[in-house]
This record gives sequence, structure tokens and C-alpha cells, in this order.
Amino acid sequence: MIEIKDLHKSYKMGSNTLHVLKGINFSVEDGELVAIMGSSGSGKSTLLNILGMLDVLDEGSYTLDGVPIKNMNETKAAQYRNKFLGFVFQSFNLINYKTAAENVSLPLYYQKVGRRERQEKALKYLEQVGLKEWAGHLPSELSGGQKQRVAIARAMAAEPKVLLADEPTGALDSKTSYEVMDLIQKINDAGNTILIVTHEPDIAKMCKRIVHLKDGVIIEDEKITQVRASQYVQ
Amino acid sequence: MFSSDNWKEIFDTIQKNKLRTFLSGFTVALGILIFVVLFGMGNGLINTFDDFFGDDATNVLYVFPGRTTIPYKGYKSNRTIEFDNSDLVDIEKNLAMFVEYTTPRITRGGLVKYKSESNNYTTRAVGPAHQYAEKTIMMKGRYLNSEDIKNRTKYVVIGRLVEQDLFGTKNSIGEYIDVAGIAFRVIGVFQDEGGDNEERLIYMPYTTRQLIEKNTDKIDQFIVGFKPEIGYVGAMALDKSLGRFIREKKHISPEDQNGFFIRNVADQLKQNQQFARVLQIIVAFVAFGTIIAGIIGISNIMVFVVKERTKELGIRKALGATPKSVISSILLESVFITTISGFIGMILGIAVLNFMGDKLKDYFITNPFIDITMAISATVLLIIFGAIAGYIPAKRAADIKPIVALRDE
Repeated sequence: MIEIKDLHKSYKMGSNTLHVLKGINFSVEDGELVAIMGSSGSGKSTLLNILGMLDVLDEGSYTLDGVPIKNMNETKAAQYRNKFLGFVFQSFNLINYKTAAENVSLPLYYQKVGRRERQEKALKYLEQVGLKEWAGHLPSELSGGQKQRVAIARAMAAEPKVLLADEPTGALDSKTSYEVMDLIQKINDAGNTILIVTHEPDIAKMCKRIVHLKDGVIIEDEKITQVRASQYVQ
Repeated sequence: MFSSDNWKEIFDTIQKNKLRTFLSGFTVALGILIFVVLFGMGNGLINTFDDFFGDDATNVLYVFPGRTTIPYKGYKSNRTIEFDNSDLVDIEKNLAMFVEYTTPRITRGGLVKYKSESNNYTTRAVGPAHQYAEKTIMMKGRYLNSEDIKNRTKYVVIGRLVEQDLFGTKNSIGEYIDVAGIAFRVIGVFQDEGGDNEERLIYMPYTTRQLIEKNTDKIDQFIVGFKPEIGYVGAMALDKSLGRFIREKKHISPEDQNGFFIRNVADQLKQNQQFARVLQIIVAFVAFGTIIAGIIGISNIMVFVVKERTKELGIRKALGATPKSVISSILLESVFITTISGFIGMILGIAVLNFMGDKLKDYFITNPFIDITMAISATVLLIIFGAIAGYIPAKRAADIKPIVALRDE
């Protein structure tokens, strides 16, 4: 599903160049649930952004679902993002003047799905995350956990090939974190490929594979036995 | 780009961001409102100007007799020049190419009485053509005609205010009034846009006046109406030819500036038109400035709007919005708001102008108005420039990498 070879990325900070990713080789199979761990500054978010086509790589190659991601203009990148990828952010990134249902249907709008179908799908995905009754509420009327669940529903609505989550539990307390992880595990159980960036070991342990990043290189990549989040959720 | 779905999305955004909508709409509406009102008031100023100077015909020359200051051809200086009826006949004959009509004007004052009412009025003894020179408008009855001149009838045409003063609400037509001791029959009542003084005049046939004054053929001054088609240049040529003709006939030295005087309205008209043009330029300049201010205002708001929306646009881009769809949604939104509010401002402005009407006449603003095409063009201009001004920040926003936009807090 994802194939990365010898990936380099550096940022210019004034006169200095910050070499963030120094040759990453990494691949993800269909249906995996991968945690990317590392301390702050290890390059884990940069990696996720490149995977999400939110940022471009300097060197190396990136293939997503058999399609080489290279020299893309913004329009093309936007179309690929829309078709292949779903995003979940630490700060939720819901559009604050749109209701939960409208937020969820937004990727479908950019897929040119008709209005009625959009609404039906939005409600379906909100139901999956257990927020059907909150469909008409604005993000400001929702709790942090609810917001993240709306964001997950939004990411799933486009039926992406890969779900990318950047610290999805970073802004949540541990109880809510486990609820969100429970949801992510269920989505993974249904066969979706998911990548999660986190620095919390207990969240990482709920994935099926942990990739450790340090100073721009992968220092450890192991498959683990998944801890189910459902045992922490009443 | 124009599917109903896109419009729904745009309406949705507009409705849910009331402050933003209000700010940009208000700027445009205010800009257009001020433009329309200013431009209309400028036109009102020009109207006042036209009223001041436009009440008399402009294709006329006024000729006044004077007193010579240079001896010439055996005539002494300090000789009084007098015109008589034959002069007019000669002028019409010799300058037929230019001249449309001539009319004497003999001005006298006198006590005018009707029953117990009496007042002092100026009377002018004139020919029928005087009506064109003075642009006299008949309210009722008729003006003097050539039969009156031939028969030396004791008829008068009186001003609206003369009738009001002497007759009150009564009809004056057919009544007899006493003008300096002689009874005249009122045959017409006129009005004149030149103001109250012009409407306190009494016109009588010049031949009748001459008969009263010991059957003289002298005329005080006269008016030469020329054919409008000869234009400004023709009028100036006529001015010269007429001067030469009079000098020749009355034996006045070509160097003598005081034998007689010609007031050329065409010359004055040109100056007036220039003044009006300057007024128009000032008005246009102010209006242009208002539009520029409006454009700057809407540009600022567009920059603010895009800045405020950076994060939202980043989210949209992450969810699959293409740069084109980002730009088009921002532009359509701004064009929609500016169009609606622009036309609201325009209609309000026109309403204000209509409401003003002649209320500001004391401040030299008469009947302010704006040409509807002008108002619409200005509005469209503002919309177009609003869109251009919106395009630049929209383009920049569309080019921001989603990751940068998402970091924006």
C-alpha cells in the first residue's frame, strides 16, 4: 500500500538547513495499523505529512497504492488526497461554522458527490462513531472526544485507502483517548490501513506495529501484539 | 463552477459568517452610496449653474448704443449714437447669411394700475422675435405678433408675477391695465426661468412705444438672433461683421471702443461651458476617488477575510479542495456579496438623491441626479475590482501548502 525508499527531507531555517529525515525506508501493507513513535523533533510528523501529500519530499521515492507520488502540482495532490487519504489531526481541524454532519460531508463535496447522497453518507459515518444525534451541532457544542470522533467520521467518509492520524489523542484525556483508539481499532478491524503518529507508549501499544524514529532515521520497526482499547471503555 | 451545489456551499458560508459578509457588503454599499450621492450632487451643482445662465437664448448678440470718443470723418467726438428701425432692416438684409431675427428693445419704467392695485414695473417695447431671445414661455393668451407691430396695437403681455400682483387670482386676459396713463389690453401672461425679476416685466409692441413717444423711429438697443448652425466660429464672425457694419453706417472710427457695444452671448456661453466642464471634472475626480477608496476598502477586507480563513482553507485543501476550487469559492463569494450590496448601495443612493430633490436649492444644488448607466458602470467597476483585489489574496491562500495553513492558529 505504502512504499518509501531512501526518503530525505530538510527545511531551510534562515541560513541553516535542518535535515529532518535522513534516508527512510519503510513500507506498509494493506490493513495494517502502524504507530510511528519518536520524541519531538524526530521527524515523525514530517514523515506523516509527506505520506499525506501535505508536504513534498526532497529525495527518494514514495509510492501510494501503486501510484508514484512525484512532482505533483497542487491540483493533482488535492485530488489524490481526496481519493486516497483521510486525515485526523491533533487539533481536530473541524470547520467551526459548519455542523458535524456538514463537516463530515465536506470531502464528499470535493468528490462531487450529490447533496442528498452526501447527507446520507455523513449520517451513516456519524452513526458509526456514535454521534448521529449530534449531527446538527456545531463543533463548539461538542466535547474534545466528540470532535475527534467527528474528525474520524470525516476522514472515513471519503472512503480513503489510508487513514493518517497525527497525534489523534494528543489533546484528549486518557479515558477519551481510549474511546478514540477503540474506534480506530474497529475501523482497522474492518480492513482499513491506518497510520498513527504518537509519542504515548500506551496508544502505540494499541497498534499492530510500532516504528521508532530518532533523529530522522528508523531505529526500530517491530510487530507487536495489539492491546485492545475496548477493555478500558465501559 | 456554477453548479447549484457550489452556490449552496457559497450561500452557506455567507450566511454563517455574518460579520465578514456585513463588513465587505457594508464597504461596497457605502462606497457606491457615497459615489452616487456625490456624483448626483455634482450634477445638481451643474444644474444650478445651467439655471443661472441658461434662461436666455444663447444664439443672440445684444447691441447697445454708446457715445463716440474719437472724431471721425468730420464728425466730432462725444456724439451720441442712436439706432432706429431702418438699422434693423439693413442688418437683416446685409447679414442675412447669419441672422435669423432681430428685435428692438426699448426699456421704460412706469406706474401700472389695475382698478385699485398699482405698482411700478419695467416695460419693454419689443418685436415678436423677442420671445425667442428671452425664451419667454407663454402661460396663457399669446405673445405679440407682427400684426400688433404693424397696427401699433395697445396690447401688452404681462409677467406671471405682474398678474399675481395686480389681479390676484383673477384672470387678466382681455382686461385693461393703465400703463403710465395709457390703457393697454392684456393679451397674454408669460413665465420665465430667469427668476422673479424677469416675471415682473411687461412687453408691448415697439411700434406702439414709438408712437407714444412722438412717433419716433428710434430704438434704444436691439438684439440680433443668429442661426444656431453657424456655431461659435460663425457667431464670432457675425460679431465682427456686425461691428464693421454699424461703424460704417454710423460713421464711427474703427478705433473707437465706445460708440456702441456688442454683448456676445456665444462668447459668454463658451466660458460658461468651460466652467461647467471644470465642475464636471471636479465631480468626476471626487467620484473617481470614492471608487478608488471603495476598491481599497474591499481589497483590505478581502485580505482580512482570506487571512481569517487560512486555516479553514488548509483544512479544505487537506480534504481534497483543489487550488482552483479554493480561488473560485472565495471569488464567487466576494463577487456575490459585492454585487448584492453594490446594487443596494446604488439604489439607496438614488433614493437619497430623489429624496433631496430641490431641498438643497439654497446650497446651489438643484435636482441632483445620476445617469443610471453611470451608476451601474461604477457599481460593476467596483465589483470587478473587488474580484481582482480578492483574486490576489485568494491565489496566495490557494498556493499555501496545506501543512502551513493547518499550523496557522
